[in-house]
Amino acid sequence: MLEIKNLHVKLEEEDKQILKGVDLEIGAGQVHAIMGPNGSGKSTLSYVLSGKDGYEVTDGAATLDGADLLEMEPEERAAEGLFLAFQYPVEIPGVGNMTFLRTAVNAQRKARGEEEISAGDFLKEVRARAKELKIDADMLKRPVNVGFSGGEKKRNEILQMAMLAPKMCVLDETDSGLDVDAMKLVSEGVNALRNEGRSFLVITHYQRLLDHIKPDVVHIMADGKIIKTGGPELALEVENNGYADLLGETA
Amino acid sequence: MALPQLKADATTARLDGLSLPDGAAWATEARQAALARVTSAGLPHRRDEYWKYTDPASLVQPDAPKASLFHNDEGPLFANRDRVQIVFVDGVFSAEKSSDLAAEGLEIGLLADALATDIHWAKDLYGVLETNGQTPVERPLAALNTAFASAGAVIRVTGKATKPVNLIYLHENTTSDAMIHNVVKVEAGAEMTLLETGPAAARFSKCLEVDVAEGGTFHHVRAQGRDHERRAVTHCFARIAKEATFKSFTLTANGVLTRNECIIDIIGDDAVAHVAGACVGDGSDFHHDDTVFITHDAVNCESRQVFKKVLRNGATGVFQGKILVKEGAQKTDGYQISQSLLLDEDSQFLAKPELEIYADDVACSHGSTSGAIDEDALFYLRSRGVPHKQATDLLTLAFLAEALEEIEDEDLAEDLRARLDNWLARRG
Ligand SMILES: Nc1ncnc2c1ncn2[C@@H]1O[C@H](COP(=O)(O)OP(=O)(O)OP(=O)(O)O)[C@@H](O)[C@H]1O
Ligand SMILES: [Mg+2]
Repeated sequence: MLEIKNLHVKLEEEDKQILKGVDLEIGAGQVHAIMGPNGSGKSTLSYVLSGKDGYEVTDGAATLDGADLLEMEPEERAAEGLFLAFQYPVEIPGVGNMTFLRTAVNAQRKARGEEEISAGDFLKEVRARAKELKIDADMLKRPVNVGFSGGEKKRNEILQMAMLAPKMCVLDETDSGLDVDAMKLVSEGVNALRNEGRSFLVITHYQRLLDHIKPDVVHIMADGKIIKTGGPELALEVENNGYADLLGETA
Repeated sequence: MALPQLKADATTARLDGLSLPDGAAWATEARQAALARVTSAGLPHRRDEYWKYTDPASLVQPDAPKASLFHNDEGPLFANRDRVQIVFVDGVFSAEKSSDLAAEGLEIGLLADALATDIHWAKDLYGVLETNGQTPVERPLAALNTAFASAGAVIRVTGKATKPVNLIYLHENTTSDAMIHNVVKVEAGAEMTLLETGPAAARFSKCLEVDVAEGGTFHHVRAQGRDHERRAVTHCFARIAKEATFKSFTLTANGVLTRNECIIDIIGDDAVAHVAGACVGDGSDFHHDDTVFITHDAVNCESRQVFKKVLRNGATGVFQGKILVKEGAQKTDGYQISQSLLLDEDSQFLAKPELEIYADDVACSHGSTSGAIDEDALFYLRSRGVPHKQATDLLTLAFLAEALEEIEDEDLAEDLRARLDNWLARRG
């Protein structure tokens, strides 16, 4: 599904290398987790995959089912089935959440040569999905993320993911800012989307999320590289001992 | 004080080809007085403080610069709304194109007829509100209009009007130089909506005097454009009595030069005055100026100014807005915001927001900003699959939304939103 090879990324404006050779391969239907100290480059990886400005790929490649992601515009990547749940979802005053969702769904359909969703079907689906995530009608009417609490913003990300039905979902610290119940809701939302055609890359600092969303593979990222890959037990090791040992091992 | 020679010459040159229209004695008196205001103030010049950001030369020069006719493939605005239609072609009333002027709650007449009538209610307003609006800042182009305009509508609102009145200004002559003067008197507790649409003329001077009596309501929705070469100077003078409401919104699309002045005097307690505008301009030949002056001279009144401008490819936007709170006008709630969205670095927004307050128990705020599209929001939309252009348009409309929300009638707002959608969609 997602294949990242020797990815090197620096900031466009500064001479600062952030990713220093990331290798990662996620098979269809798999859930991978990435953990790692603050500033190790996890969000940068997610931004580079989704095409945010400001980064320069100096070496390496990233493909989604063989298609070269790095050559595409952000919207093309989305239409190919890539989705990023933002660590910090953006507020967009003046754009209603519903309008936003429908515009996005239809834009992707159009890009794939499919027909637009009817207003009725769309409404039905949004309502059903929103209900599962305990997002009320008022939140759907409000401008995108404006005045949403931290947890509401994260749930709104998962709602978008559910509506867009991507094949490769990158979740950047979707658990941060969530209370225990919201964490469960969000995890259930994610788990409901799990299937053999859809893969996940879950960036998190905490084992707790991984209790709910059971990963197949766990990676540790440090200083712009994956320094260790293992099974779910690796996350437990981090939870118990922190990164010191792991960093020491490679030093 | 004698006028500077340049100004005196320009004024003389402009007045040279004009003659005062005939009318009843009171009308002639009003026109002569207006003419005297013009000659004593002189027509505006770039060096006048009030015209610092907008060069009035083409509004003052004797002949109207040519403006090509614009074919609007979108059809007439508000076409699906039931309304009284009063049509002027290049500033001349067209009975044939207009609808029946009889309407519930309204007495509608033509300015030419009113000014030829010996006893007419318009006598108390024609040139009167304009004169009030000449202090503390002179507005000679409005006085010029009062002196020479012979066309327009006079509307007395006696009850709750059941449908809006649409003044439709058609443009059919490439060198037309039109002056229109409208007078509206909203009687106590009465209510109406006035719509104004159409390109009007190559050069258009328009004056609107509105008197809203106690508890009356006046809604005004206007659209200027989409013709590109139009030059227009418009003045709206409003006097708002106790518990009365005045709400005006203007959408401007294109036009080489537009100066919209709105002068509001709030003279009765508990009154409300809102004036808002959205404008979209594309190209270095677009210049749009909103100049607003609101005077609070009563207790517990609210005023709002909400102006948004989208400027691209070297377009220029201007905002001069003032709130004057007179002594004793306690509990005034004054709000003013002017913002521009600059879609490139060649475009510019010049703003002069002003507050002048002589009462101590008031809440007044103003803000002015100028900025580009929010890159984070743009990326967020694109990451959800919305193409760059569509995402930019969505954010642009979102930016204008706050101004459009000032329109109370949802149907009218919807019609304007659709026009804005199209305006953006036509641009690559
Ligand atoms: N646009 C930018 N400008 C300057 N520095 C940046 C930029 N983007 C990333 N960095 C730097 O790159 C490094 C990696 O940042 P990144 O956000 O990817 O870390 P992270 O692993 O997601 O951290 P966290 O766990 O705190 O979310 C940090 O040192 C950060 O300051
Ligand atoms: Mg991060």
